[in-house]
Amino acid sequence: MADDKDVLRDVWFGRIPTCFTLNQDEVTEREAEPYYLLLPRVSYLTLVTDKVKKHFLKVMRAEDVEEMWFEYEGTPLKWHYPIGVLFDLHASNNVLPWSITVHFKNFPDHDLLHCPSNSVIEAHFMSSIKEADALKHKSQVVNDMQKKDHKQLWMGLQNDKFDQFWAMNRKLMEYPTEDGGFRYIPFRIYQTMSDRPFIQKLFRPVSPEGSAHSLGDLLKEMYPDAITNDGEQKRYQVVIHGIEPLLETPLQWLSEHLSHPDNFLHICVIPLTHQPAG
Amino acid sequence: MPVSLLWAVDVYGRVYSLSTAGQQWEQCRDAQMEFKRVTAAQQCCWGIACDNNIYLNVHASDLPVRYQEETYENQRWNPVDGFSERLLPSDRWQWSDVTGLQHQPLDSFQLPSSSWEWEGDWYVDENFEGEPTEKGGWSYAIDFPATYTKDKKWNSCVRRRRWLRYRRYKAMDTWAKIPSQQTTLPDPFSDISCGGWEISEEPRGRLSLWAVSLQGKVWFRDGIYHHNPEGSLWEEVFLPGEVIQISCGPGDLVWAVLWEGQLIVREGISRDCPKGSSWAVVESPSPDVGAIHVAVGINVVWAVTKDNKVWFRRGVNSHNPCGSGWIGMVGEMITINVGLNDQVWAINCEDRAVYFRQGVTSSELSGKTWKAITVPRDGDRSHSSASANSLQSAGCYFCGEVRAQSVVSDAESDTEKGSADGANSSNPPTDPPKPRIPKVTSDSFISELVSDREPGKSSRDTGSAPPSGGPLDPQWSNVDLEEAQQAQTVAVQDTADTCSLSSVATYTLAMEDPYGADEHPLWAWVSGGGCSVDSHSQLNWFNFSMNTLVSSVQSMSLSVSPAQTAAWRRQIFEQLSERTKREMDNFRHYEQAVEQSVWVKKGTMQWWRDWKPHKWIDVHFALEQFSGPDGNKDGILFIYYNYYEEKKYLHAFINEVTILVPVLNDSKHTFAIYTPERTKQRWPIRLAAATELEMHDWLALLSVSCCDSRGIHGPPSKQAIWSITCKGDIFISEPSPGLEAMPYPTPCDQMFWRQVGGHLRVVECNSVGIVWGIGYDHTAWVHTGGYGGGFFQGLASSTDNIYTQTDVKSVYIYENQRWNPVTGYTNSYKYCSPELSQTKRVSDWAIDYSVSGGTDREGWQFAADFPASYHGYKTMKDFVRRRRWARKCKLTTTGPWQEIPPIPLSDVTILPCTAQSSVDVIPVWAISNKGDVLCRLGVTALTPAGSSWLHVGTDQPFKSISIGAASQVWAIARDGSAFYRGSVSARSPAGDCWYHIPSPAKQKLKQVSVGRTSVYTVDENGNLWYRQGVTPSYPQGSSWEHISNNVRKVSVGPLDQVWIIADKVQGSHSLSCGTVCHRLGVQPVEPKGQSWDYGIGGGWDHITVRGNSVEPPRLRLPSLTDPSSRSPVPVRNTEVNGVGN
Repeated sequence: MADDKDVLRDVWFGRIPTCFTLNQDEVTEREAEPYYLLLPRVSYLTLVTDKVKKHFLKVMRAEDVEEMWFEYEGTPLKWHYPIGVLFDLHASNNVLPWSITVHFKNFPDHDLLHCPSNSVIEAHFMSSIKEADALKHKSQVVNDMQKKDHKQLWMGLQNDKFDQFWAMNRKLMEYPTEDGGFRYIPFRIYQTMSDRPFIQKLFRPVSPEGSAHSLGDLLKEMYPDAITNDGEQKRYQVVIHGIEPLLETPLQWLSEHLSHPDNFLHICVIPLTHQPAG
Repeated sequence: MPVSLLWAVDVYGRVYSLSTAGQQWEQCRDAQMEFKRVTAAQQCCWGIACDNNIYLNVHASDLPVRYQEETYENQRWNPVDGFSERLLPSDRWQWSDVTGLQHQPLDSFQLPSSSWEWEGDWYVDENFEGEPTEKGGWSYAIDFPATYTKDKKWNSCVRRRRWLRYRRYKAMDTWAKIPSQQTTLPDPFSDISCGGWEISEEPRGRLSLWAVSLQGKVWFRDGIYHHNPEGSLWEEVFLPGEVIQISCGPGDLVWAVLWEGQLIVREGISRDCPKGSSWAVVESPSPDVGAIHVAVGINVVWAVTKDNKVWFRRGVNSHNPCGSGWIGMVGEMITINVGLNDQVWAINCEDRAVYFRQGVTSSELSGKTWKAITVPRDGDRSHSSASANSLQSAGCYFCGEVRAQSVVSDAESDTEKGSADGANSSNPPTDPPKPRIPKVTSDSFISELVSDREPGKSSRDTGSAPPSGGPLDPQWSNVDLEEAQQAQTVAVQDTADTCSLSSVATYTLAMEDPYGADEHPLWAWVSGGGCSVDSHSQLNWFNFSMNTLVSSVQSMSLSVSPAQTAAWRRQIFEQLSERTKREMDNFRHYEQAVEQSVWVKKGTMQWWRDWKPHKWIDVHFALEQFSGPDGNKDGILFIYYNYYEEKKYLHAFINEVTILVPVLNDSKHTFAIYTPERTKQRWPIRLAAATELEMHDWLALLSVSCCDSRGIHGPPSKQAIWSITCKGDIFISEPSPGLEAMPYPTPCDQMFWRQVGGHLRVVECNSVGIVWGIGYDHTAWVHTGGYGGGFFQGLASSTDNIYTQTDVKSVYIYENQRWNPVTGYTNSYKYCSPELSQTKRVSDWAIDYSVSGGTDREGWQFAADFPASYHGYKTMKDFVRRRRWARKCKLTTTGPWQEIPPIPLSDVTILPCTAQSSVDVIPVWAISNKGDVLCRLGVTALTPAGSSWLHVGTDQPFKSISIGAASQVWAIARDGSAFYRGSVSARSPAGDCWYHIPSPAKQKLKQVSVGRTSVYTVDENGNLWYRQGVTPSYPQGSSWEHISNNVRKVSVGPLDQVWIIADKVQGSHSLSCGTVCHRLGVQPVEPKGQSWDYGIGGGWDHITVRGNSVEPPRLRLPSLTDPSSRSPVPVRNTEVNGVGN
């Protein structure tokens, strides 16, 4: 019998097999072999691609190397989104491994944030955690933590230490039983066909009448199109960590179990391309 | 929390109860008439009905209320007839009581009331002082007031025998009238209050019941005990004035309100005098407005004044029952009630709803806020739209005093009486409902109100109106209103999916009518005396949504038991494993992006240093974790300390740690770390953390680390060995296949133990995974199959089967005094035992009379000198005395345990199954804390808690029980003798009769354990006995053989393996008491074994190996019986026993 704890492990240890290929236009001394890697879904591209960088630098001259960035089928990949979100959003219905193109030139400044070092990722990650806790506990939990506790969260993610991370993260997932959940659920809804980066609003886990809100309730309010009504053809997939939870799943449970390490529930709404009925 | 009931009476006099697990008020259908007041205890509810009689409703229990009647048959010897009923004129009656002073023939015994029945006929008691007589029960003496023996001697001139007959209280779960006294009471009762069950150590059932008559007199009901739930007679209590209402708390608080508005407080209530001795007067909280109502708990008093203001009394406790001052509270209430744990309920004077005081804790007795209980009654229609069918109807009445409130009221009252003439129906449909104000006071329940009715069920509301079969009863409905409502409903019918009654329409309708919106029941009285809630309880009484169907509540609950895993959860589990297959299974050969590395956690702690003088010193503590070569995580523990200015360290490999044990310490938060080596030394690494939280964090982390290094995850296996420390902490060990191997078993100091949450005194299990526990407060618990809880949060704990667990433990202090010729006994000096952390004390210090050896009336025990054996009476030679003070501490934790209410237990045993057996229904036997023998029905692997108890009659209370693999049931009675239960089988799970087995000479047995065939007992002097000569044809065996001394407890498993808790085990560094030991050399031809192997300890109280049915791998070695490879010294005949190394 599966346990809710196993969900946390499955989420943490989710991996996407990826094939990195160097962009054709890069100047190389000899041909670059593609590089294969299992990327943790919950981590960030620039945090886990040191090996990729090393691999391609071997065939390049130092003067041709600028900041590394990634692109999938023409879309620059935002490193500050979790890897799993990028994959679900852009590539989930394609064959594996995920084929990512590596660039060392022409950094798309208007699309991507620069990431000169891991401390930038750490700052981004910690600010997400703090923002999430502001929503969940009026920042009370994260402010009660010491600097070393924050470090433990970050080191846990960076070094892929599930136990180390969760030993601390569980405190962020607690709530007074009488409240029935967090104050607000930290969530972000991503869509491919939109200029808005994502939808993020205040939403409580429990209705004023005391019933638990479900994923469906959230979408009804935030993104009604994503819900398939009776008799309609399904137009959108609602994907979290590569799976499609039922709309009746309680939002509070999702927030506790399917949030990324940054404590946000990242929800991807992906349009379905329907085959005409034959 | 066990399910318990809150009782209430509505303004119609209907009695309802609300379960702590429930979401609606259930009407007490049994009540034939209306009730004025109810007062509840956990096991019963008392009430005053409209006929002014007092009724008692004893809740049905698997444990019957039975009373043993006894009488003695006396005979004298004469040369002609031998022993005969011809007695001398100076002798006692032929039939008498034990003293011989009362004439008691068999036919003089009458049932006390019609609520009783005889269980059977009279029979002779064959048991004499723990031994069978086998002579018709006769015991002999020289003359009548003399010492009796079971053997007839040459000078035995008289003999007597005891006859027994049981009567049983049969009026369970029904309102039974308390027979009125011969001397008729002057006037009917108007108020009633029960309590006082905590002032003595009596088992549940002793109550103080106070009643107030209409003339303002107060009566006390004497003699209410478990065996006599009705009590025996009313005694008048003299008063300084006329009382209108009285309240009795669970402890020694009794307050009453006088007619003039002052309050009186009963003083002098004690264990010996539950009635108290005198009254003290307390002025009303408000100088101008008198009090009309008072409610007391254990340490609180609440009052209501005539202007409906609520007051809280400061500084009340059993030393100062009057308290010190009043504090005004928010809220306007008409009545107030204090229940268990000093929780408070009240009825609001505005909406007549029952309110619960939230946030009442032992540190904040006045609580925080009032919260209305909004659940519907069972008779209400669909909760979502209850107001849609709010039909107009009149209230009913019962107390015979009807006042005409208004014209409308009269008309409605007529309707009520069945004389409806349909006049109302002529009103035009647009006529809005007339506003009606319920006229209710706390004393007269004449009311007239708007209420909803369920068609077809309306007849129960009054009994005077005949029900009609149609969906709408014209006598009960305002027809035009109904039509108007339906018309509006139609308009929104399209959008409403299933419910024919739309809440939208309802609301618009309801808004027009200021009182029509009130579909809540109107309450008149509430009693929480049987309602066990506290500030931790999760109640579903408040968030009741008018627009949400109840079914959605299920998905709301985040803790769902595996059996009812919701579809959404299954979907997530399934999809995640599909995802793993899709995204990872074909790519395992890919390189991981993140390499694993070492992770270190550091902290500071104190360490009990190894060298003398032993003391706590500050140390740095570090845990280094890394992935071992086989993928298992491993780690090393470092303790850095200074030794004469020199930095040194001590380390332990995580994979060698066998246990992490929290240790009781009065001032520090300490735990011990054992390795096999340290177990041999009886000298663990002892560490103290700065705070309890820090200790728990470290324990949780280290425990996960130890389990990881051994690859142990998830719930305990069915074979697990369970044990409990003297602190009440629960440990499990997975038995290795070689644990019972011959001749080289796994040494038991190498067993790895991990903790599970919870707090227990006894745990028993069997090999199909049924595990039961008993708390210090005798509550029975069943293991949910989970793991973790307590301080194991997050990953080291399952989530969906962890529940809150509470236990109550007594903490004792001895008060010691020495006598000297000048001043008598001197002032006391006290020995104080450490207090438990993590607990809340629930009672103040009180003298404990239940000390072994007995006490005098003030609780003193006497002895010649300290320390010596004490007795409960003073003799010439006694120069010192002591008495024990006890205080109850309540501990709240979590663990994989669910309570099995309601009977408190003192022992339990589960059939040990062999590995191959396929038993469906598993026999479970238990002893209640009163000593009743019980047999649990319906226990299966799927329903480990079973369904109900079957009571097995005994002639005396029992204290220990055990069932063997072949259903052989052995038990120990309180007098120390053993019993064997005959003919227990699957068809007859309770067997047929008890066979009395004499105990070993001059020893009183205290515990028994039966394995496959072996029967072992432990006596009160710590001797372990083996029953010789047990065969299938003669299961009682023939004699007791002494095996060992210094034994505290024994557990015999399904392989006949023998494990004990032993005292005085000598290690190389220290001596330990309460040590787990394993009998070596046990085999079918040698069931007694040869020697002991010493495991974890000291500080252990209990072990059960009855789950381990794994046959060891068969090894055939030439020399089977040479135990010299490991040669522990047998415990037998040595005062202090050493381990052989």
